[in-house]
This record gives sequence, C-alpha cells and structure tokens, in this order.
Amino acid sequence: MEQKQRSFYEEVRGEGTSRRDFLKFCTTMAAFLGLESSGVGQIVKALETKPRLPVIWFHFQECTCCSESFIRASHPIVATIVLDKISLDYQETLMAASGFQAEEAYKTVMAKHPGEYIVMVEGSIPTENEAYCCIGGRSAYQILTEAARNAKAVVAWGNCASAGCVQAAKPNPTGAKPVHKVISGKPVINVQGCPPIADVMAGVVVHLLTFDRIPQLDELNRPKAFYSRRVHDTCYRRANFDAGLFVESFDDEGAKKGYCLYKMGCKGPVTYNSCGIIKWNDGISYPIQSGHPCIGCSEEGFWDNGPFYQHLPSVAGFGIETTADKVGLGLGIATAVGVAGHAIVTNIRKKRELSNLPESTENPKA
Amino acid sequence: MRSRSIPMREVYVWELPVRMFHWVNMLCVIALCITGFIIGNPPAFMNGTEAYFNYWFGTVRFVHFIAAFLFFFNFIFRTYWGFSGNEFSRWTNFIPLKRAQWKEIIDVIRVDVLQVTHKNIDSIGHNALASFVYFLTFLIFLLQCLTGFGMYSAMSKSAFPKLFAWIVPFLGGDMRVRQLHHLAMWGFIIFAIVHVYLVFYHDYIERRGVTSSMIGGWKFIEEDVIERHDAETGESTKG
Repeated sequence: MEQKQRSFYEEVRGEGTSRRDFLKFCTTMAAFLGLESSGVGQIVKALETKPRLPVIWFHFQECTCCSESFIRASHPIVATIVLDKISLDYQETLMAASGFQAEEAYKTVMAKHPGEYIVMVEGSIPTENEAYCCIGGRSAYQILTEAARNAKAVVAWGNCASAGCVQAAKPNPTGAKPVHKVISGKPVINVQGCPPIADVMAGVVVHLLTFDRIPQLDELNRPKAFYSRRVHDTCYRRANFDAGLFVESFDDEGAKKGYCLYKMGCKGPVTYNSCGIIKWNDGISYPIQSGHPCIGCSEEGFWDNGPFYQHLPSVAGFGIETTADKVGLGLGIATAVGVAGHAIVTNIRKKRELSNLPESTENPKA
Repeated sequence: MRSRSIPMREVYVWELPVRMFHWVNMLCVIALCITGFIIGNPPAFMNGTEAYFNYWFGTVRFVHFIAAFLFFFNFIFRTYWGFSGNEFSRWTNFIPLKRAQWKEIIDVIRVDVLQVTHKNIDSIGHNALASFVYFLTFLIFLLQCLTGFGMYSAMSKSAFPKLFAWIVPFLGGDMRVRQLHHLAMWGFIIFAIVHVYLVFYHDYIERRGVTSSMIGGWKFIEEDVIERHDAETGESTKG
C-alpha cells in the first residue's frame, strides 16, 4: 500500500475526465466560493499538486440525505473526485469494506495522518444514553471524540450534525446533540441544510483542499460564502413581497402567477442559505421556484418552529397553531375586561365618596 | 378622593423633554404596531396585479424601520434625561431600591388597584407602582429594540444595526427572534390599554389634572403635600 499519494487531478484524469471538464469544475467552484478570477488558478494548482485529503466520514443519527445530496452534485466530477476517493478511507454508506476491514480503514487513517485528516459527520450524537447509536460495538460519542482528537478539522454535514435536526426536536428522547456541542478544541464547520446543497458541500471540500484552512464562518459556524444571505434576499419572488402580492392558498390565482409565498409560511425571511442562487439538481430549481414555501431547513430548531405552513411558530404549552399573536390577543382581551371591571368598581366607589364630601354636588352650598 | 375645598397649588412636574419623549414615543408605538400587524399578516388588496409598478409592502416596512430608529433614539434620549432631568424624571424613581418605594407600591395596590383601603397617595410625579411598571416597559422597549434590530441587521450594511447582529445566534436563530418580537409587541398593546385607562382613572379620582399635565407639564398638588415633600427632599417645587 506504500505508494505515492495521487492528486485529485491524477485521479480524475485516470478515470477519463477531460482536462476541459476539470477546468470547468474548478471555475464553477471558484464562482461558488466567491473567489476572484485568480482563485481559479489556485484551485487548479491545488487539485493538480496536493495529495487528496484523508477523510473519515461518519454516519450517526441521520437519514443519509446528506450523502444522497452529495452524490447528486451538479458537476459529476464532484462525485467522482471527492466521493470515490473518500470511500477509500471510510464512508459507511459507500465503502466496499465491512466489519473488521471497515474499522481497520479508519484506524489506519488516524494512525497514518494525525493532524491532517478531516472528520466529516452526518447525524447527531445521542447523549441521553450513548447506546442509542452504536457502530461496531462502540457508541457514536466514543467514535467521534476519538476521531476528532487528532483531526485537522471537523465538518458537520447537514442540520443533524450542525443543530440536531429532527432528533433534537422536542422532546428529544435520545438527548441528540450536534457535533459542536460534543467535541471541543477543534474547528467545526457547520454545513447546514436538510440536506445541504451538493455544490455547497463540494465547495467546502475544495476550499479546505485549496487553502489549507477552514473557510470564513458566521456566528453559527456556517461558511459565509454560502450562508451569509437569507433565502428571502436572493429570492426571485422578492419583487412580489415588496409589492405586497401574496399567495393566499396553494390553488389560487396568486400561486399560478408566482406571487410571494410569505403568507403560506415561507421561512425564507428567517433562513440563511444559497438555495436562491446555486439552486438544486444542477441548478434546475429550488423549493420556492417549485411553488413551495421554504421550511427553513438550514436553521437551528426548524422542527420546533413549525408548522411549516404557518408564518409564526406555535407557542409551546398553548396547543398547536396557537401563535404569539393569538396568545397576545387573549391577554389583550383579558386586560380590557379587567380594566372595564375596575372602572365599574371605581365609579361605585366614587359615587359613595362624593356624597360624603363637604362640597359634594348634592350639597353645593356647604 | 380629594376634597375640592383644600388649597392646591400648581407644580411644574413634566419638563418639555419628558413631554416630547412621551408623545414621540406614543406616535412611534402606534406606527410600529400598525405597520407591524400589516407586516405580520399583509392584506391581499393588490392581488391580481403585477409586481413591477407596486411597492406598497416595501413602503410599509420602510415606515416600520424609520419609526423603529426614531423609537430607539427617543428612548436613548429619555434614558439620558433620567440622569439630567428634574427629580420627577430621575432614574431613581423607576427602580424601587428604597424601602419607601416598596411601601408605596403596596399602598397603591391596596388603594387604587384593589380599592380595599381609602387614602391619598402623596407622590407628586409618578407613584411608585407606576414608576416600577414604566421600568418594566423600558425592559420591553429594550427587548423589542434588540430583537427588531437583530432581525434588521441581516438586510443592512450600515454599522449601527450590525451592533445587534449577535442577538440572533444568541437567541437561537431568526425564527425565535421573530416570535419574541411578536410577543413583546403585545406587551406594548396591553401597557397602552392599562396606561390610558389609569390616566382617566387618576384624573377622575384625584382631580390633579394628570391628563393635561403631559401636555402643559403642570399638575395641581395639595399645599400640605407640597410642604411635606419640600421638607423631606430639601428641594423647592415652587414653579
């Protein structure tokens, strides 16, 4: 096995990808990452010269939709470059090895490349009882903390690994926690979304490889290149929002005309992602373009801020579909009733006291 | 209930900056609530038209943002005035740190809220309970500014709203921030209902001219209350 590590470029050329397609891929990635034109050269050089990244990819409490998304990246080269190579190390869904060999594979990576390999995680980690998620007789928590110890960086794929997603929704029976709450002392990149956009995932990998450092992150550790703008701000239906033109129900005239989905509960105004720009499935469409409101899948706690088709989240403890506004209205009415009651009592009292005053109206000359 | 036959004197209670704050604040809150309701649940009166000649919803949001800036700086100004205004506008009125303030809070609850005791509350400015409730509303003001500018920071490039950007991750995302913003608005509405009622109530019961005091600044106060006040504070309230 002791042979010179081949670069990404050598790998894809060996698999029949043309130089032209390779350069197209590098250019696309540079554009997604928001690099200037010289950045294309940097990416080309990095992919041509650097040995491929050693990667360990774990699946914990999740549905594998991140992997599914990834292998459908718009540029086929992403799948071949990144996934085929990653699977050589360790990727539970896609690797050929199983059992002892599989365990051996990631132990080898950790032993051979300490401080160099990247840990990529799909899924949340149970903390209520670690036994809820075990692989090869060891818990997700044990596996992750061990692998992260000598990792260069940790990439959290999707909402599960970044924020806990549906497993961490109330009442969170397994005590599911995202990666950044389980490990410490390592940079964690939260590549948010349920799943994240394939090209965003590829972009993060390319960035790590080209620049040898983690991309700029926002306050929630999401790469700024992809998560600095709200879906709302890049939405092609935004003009309808500003014009006050809204879809009122899924079968109305407004829906046909492509009005804004704000009143159908669109979470675009509170969601940071690049769906409106990069889109999905080779840039074909994204939920809003297909007539469905954004459900806010790249935001923390989006399951608990439902229902999906309601603008305001329900208030816990007041029943389903009780929004802050309904609670407020109830309190407002209660207050008005209280004030009216107080006014009646006050008037009864005042009438009584008036008759006792020396200059009361009943006795004006006193 | 105060007798009309006892001697009363005019006292200048609310200085011009306090009155200005009050009315600017009122206008802002009304504008913010109305536009806020529209933003939360926009009416569909333009439906059927095209987007290209329309911007009414954008305008509503613009009014909301302008009113929010005005509201915020007005509030900052009032905070400043709490340190430099007269004794009735001082910050010490609003935070009950003294035993006497707590005693008066209990008195006001017994006399005016529950109406189980009948006596006069002597405070010349706000009574202690009113002041404390204003302090709580200031906290709602603050929450509303933090959540509002926090959400606004995402669509702004200027430095001021960016100061509030941290609040969004701190509260766990825009969804929760928006939720809190809606809840806090009801705090304003409930406050307004009670506040306006109590102005009527006090004017009706105490007959000190409290309603017009927020226009002209003067209140009618009983001579003996003024004398006791001047003796306690060592200050003169003579207009």
